[in-house]
Amino acid sequence: MSVQEVLPLNGFAAEQSGPFRADHLLVAEMVKPGSKVLDVGCGEGDLLQLLETRGIDGRGIELSREGVNRCVAKGLAVVQGDADTDLVNYPDDAFDYVILSQTLQATRQPKVVLENLLRIGRRAIVSFPNFGFWRMRLQLLVGGHMPRTENLPASWYDTANIHFCTIKDFVELCDAIHVKMERAEALDLYGRPLRLRLPWWVWNLFGEQGVFLLSRGQGK
Amino acid sequence: MVGVKSVPSPAISADDRSHEVDHPSSEVAQFGADQPLRLDCGIDLTPFQIAYKTYGKLNADRSNAILICHALTLDQHVANVHPLTGKPGWWEIMVGPGRPLDTDKYFIICSNVIGGCMGSTGPASTNPATGKVWGLDFPVITIPDMVRAQAMLLDRLGIDTLLCVVGGSMGGMQVLQWTAAYPERVFSALPTACSTRHSAQNIAFHELGRQAVMADPDWHGGRYVDQGTQPHRGLAVARMAGHITYLSDAALHRKFGRRMQDRELPTFSFDADFQVESYLRYQGSSFVERFDANSYLYLTRAMDYFDLAADHGGVLAKAFAGVQTRFCVVSFTSDWLFPTSESRALVHALNASSARVSFAEIETDRGHDAFLLDVPEFFDISRAFLQSAGKARGLTGKND
Repeated sequence: MSVQEVLPLNGFAAEQSGPFRADHLLVAEMVKPGSKVLDVGCGEGDLLQLLETRGIDGRGIELSREGVNRCVAKGLAVVQGDADTDLVNYPDDAFDYVILSQTLQATRQPKVVLENLLRIGRRAIVSFPNFGFWRMRLQLLVGGHMPRTENLPASWYDTANIHFCTIKDFVELCDAIHVKMERAEALDLYGRPLRLRLPWWVWNLFGEQGVFLLSRGQGK
Repeated sequence: MVGVKSVPSPAISADDRSHEVDHPSSEVAQFGADQPLRLDCGIDLTPFQIAYKTYGKLNADRSNAILICHALTLDQHVANVHPLTGKPGWWEIMVGPGRPLDTDKYFIICSNVIGGCMGSTGPASTNPATGKVWGLDFPVITIPDMVRAQAMLLDRLGIDTLLCVVGGSMGGMQVLQWTAAYPERVFSALPTACSTRHSAQNIAFHELGRQAVMADPDWHGGRYVDQGTQPHRGLAVARMAGHITYLSDAALHRKFGRRMQDRELPTFSFDADFQVESYLRYQGSSFVERFDANSYLYLTRAMDYFDLAADHGGVLAKAFAGVQTRFCVVSFTSDWLFPTSESRALVHALNASSARVSFAEIETDRGHDAFLLDVPEFFDISRAFLQSAGKARGLTGKND
């Protein structure tokens, strides 16, 4: 996929963020109003609440019991479940969008999960921390230890994140399993999109996380 | 039987109880020959009556009604003093002003199930054809029969759609049956500590209880009222066995451990040396004062027969095909009678039907009975789920 195919984000401004996380606002902006959405790994339901304010019919799956119960106590439709094992129970085309926000790297089988997302949903929105981010590279290169950042503070021995990848790796996976990238964004450390049209290698170096809108496609 | 000495003489007379069966102290709806209850066994039950209680006020557009379905040995006296035992209502912790099932906001209905013994027609009722107690002549009833009767009661009350159907255990089975049989009448459903089918282990425990009742010589083939007896010993044993299944190993250990009852050392007899024995004997003896033995047989049978998938070609998801009802499924970690795996299977089927479903497993060591106890997390979830359902249905807040 060439850089020209990836459109820059229009109409998004960090100052609109209010009580919501910037990356959540970006994800919400990708979802058409009135659609049906499944948020896989919905945490405490912040994104689902944001989607609800926009008239979107949102459902969630969350691994931790505490997270689920807090979501349900907020009136959200969330079930306890595991992205690796429970997505198979959902029928084809059940949702307009399936969102996997900051969870891909914690799954046991990211490829299978990604395939399931695009079976259940006509579109998928996937965000993940970019392990190609320059600070990660620097920590490994200079410090000689596994990188830790503000957003990924856990040590290697107690992190839930077992499948880190870079933006470049993810793009290659999408190509390999014939997933169409409708839109791609790289966000900086503060969750703000990199505004410029830049080559992939720049995003892979300066993007702290990647956010991708995907659909089923023929790929390359 | 063991422990006869420790069983106090009944404080509730058999007369009080039999009066409550035919002439309940709650409201009662009579259904005459023109409105028979068509039972799954093929019999039309007529005439019959349903005893029920209501709390709160129905709003002008009749959109704030919540039906509570009660569990095996409970009844319609949810939030008022029980007419026989004099004890507080069984779910006062959940139902009342400001409670999760807020009687300032919602109109709450609970009816005694068909086959019960607190005023709805059942084996303890008088058979109008003979003038005698039905006993085992009463037809075998099912969970769908109970729900069909509740639907007739709602028709009588002029309530078309329920804001929510709520219930735990056997009540949860009724909730699920409601959503499968009358999906358009159920806006939201809160099935708790239940399953879409009774497991082999649960059927086995019920059979143990029934055999205990039937082995009691005072049962007289179910005609004990005619004989002037009550199978108290058999029913007490059934209750003791049942009660163990409602708790958990951890809860029993925390509550009783191996502590002795009013003694320091074992008596080297079969007295209730241990506190847990004494507790179980008390549970058994207090239960027989208020409950009819035949009714226990019928209601346990109804639970055994429940299998929602079997009623829909063996595919559970078909039971919920196209359902618009909002679900909130709740299970408890230490419930081994209706373990979380059963709720999870239900949730998978609901997901496969694209139903709007929440599912929370609550951590507690209190076993199956947790849904009746002070478990704040369960209250928070119930309250929020009902508020969210009310909002989606356009309820403004206070009724009227």
